[in-house]
Amino acid sequence: MVRAFKPADLTEALRLRKETACVPLAGGTDLMVKYRNWTGLPPAFPGDVLFLSHLKELQTLERRGETLRIGAGVPLADIAAWPETPAVLREAVRGIAAPAIRNVATLAGNVCNASPAGDGICALYALDARLELTSVDGTREVSILAFITGPGRTVLRRDELVTAVLVPRRAANIQVFRKVGTRKANALAKLSFAAVGEVKEGIVDAMALSFGAVGPTVVRSTETEKRMAGKTLAEVTALAPSIVEDYAALIVPIDDQRSTAAYRKTVALNLLKSFLEGLKEKVKGI
Amino acid sequence: MNEFNFTLNGKAVTYRGDPLKRLLDVLREDFGLTGAKEGCGEGECGACAALLDGAMVNTCLVPVGVVAGREVTTIEGIAGTKEGQDIIEALADAGAVQCGFCTPGMVVAAASLLRGNPRPTETEIREAISGNLCRCTGYDMIVSGIRAAAKRGRRSW
Repeated sequence: MVRAFKPADLTEALRLRKETACVPLAGGTDLMVKYRNWTGLPPAFPGDVLFLSHLKELQTLERRGETLRIGAGVPLADIAAWPETPAVLREAVRGIAAPAIRNVATLAGNVCNASPAGDGICALYALDARLELTSVDGTREVSILAFITGPGRTVLRRDELVTAVLVPRRAANIQVFRKVGTRKANALAKLSFAAVGEVKEGIVDAMALSFGAVGPTVVRSTETEKRMAGKTLAEVTALAPSIVEDYAALIVPIDDQRSTAAYRKTVALNLLKSFLEGLKEKVKGI
Repeated sequence: MNEFNFTLNGKAVTYRGDPLKRLLDVLREDFGLTGAKEGCGEGECGACAALLDGAMVNTCLVPVGVVAGREVTTIEGIAGTKEGQDIIEALADAGAVQCGFCTPGMVVAAASLLRGNPRPTETEIREAISGNLCRCTGYDMIVSGIRAAAKRGRRSW
């Protein structure tokens, strides 16, 4: 029988993480399904389990200078309710599953699950989020782009825990999140789209676009984004066909039980096209 | 970790056993509280809902070790309160119960909503029960039942 550890503090959690091949469990909403067993039997975890959700060190939401620090144990519901949460992330988080799941599931867990369909992940790519990874030997920061290497795969070492999701605070008067699913609640995304941009006096200062569930990891292209920087809104709208073409080459979805490759690609590009063509209406005063 | 205390429907209780067992199984098998139902067993249907420190959770997704030192309120606990009775009666009056399998979860969702928001809009009610599946009613009667419960319990929420 596998053991379950409930460490008294983060220090003990990190020690256990290093000494045992344990499975870190915060909200558990993905893991309890992944290792689901017969009714009445405990889930079939592949190793010892490390409970994390009770750790006070992981429960904080704070603004540190120009960075928002979202503790790895904070439930999605609290992130959605935090006034500092960027609109694009709030929208993504509010669309994850249903209230009972958002009361326990965490954003760090969404990232570690590393599903290309993870709604929170898509928004975090467009926000240039980083992960704070901690082990007994210290702390390092990794961009979400470098953290997730494939479906379900991350660079998290066996002695490390994600202790926070770090989101840079920056001016962004364009923040859009769109999720396409079969129903509003409890549906995993067929595809998702996030846009974070800043327009100053009619000129695009910066633009970040990300597409979820259309490839093995979330799709982002800083090269194409640079083509939009420094342009007027009208110029970007005029560039729309060529920008759509750029992404058409990058978006290579698959068929699965939720959708088909053709549907995903068509709808992703249509969302992009409608976003670029209606850019003017997307700009909000902050 | 194989023995700990928590509060269950207002009473201090002790659990002895595997901390990874699902809270749902512990409620039903160890404590004989069979109000929470297993529908899907994967957090999609809400039939197993209960309150953990006042927040609605799917007990099929909660390893019982997580509730050590915390407060669990099941449908049985909610049904024992004036607020719970208001919801149950309002749902019955609205014809919101057919096969009844989803009803405990719906009552928990309604109680969770009304405790924080005594005068919800229809949109808020639908959002609050968005994780609870009902295969009989088509939801409209449940929504009007919860709205009636909000009115009925106006002073107590």
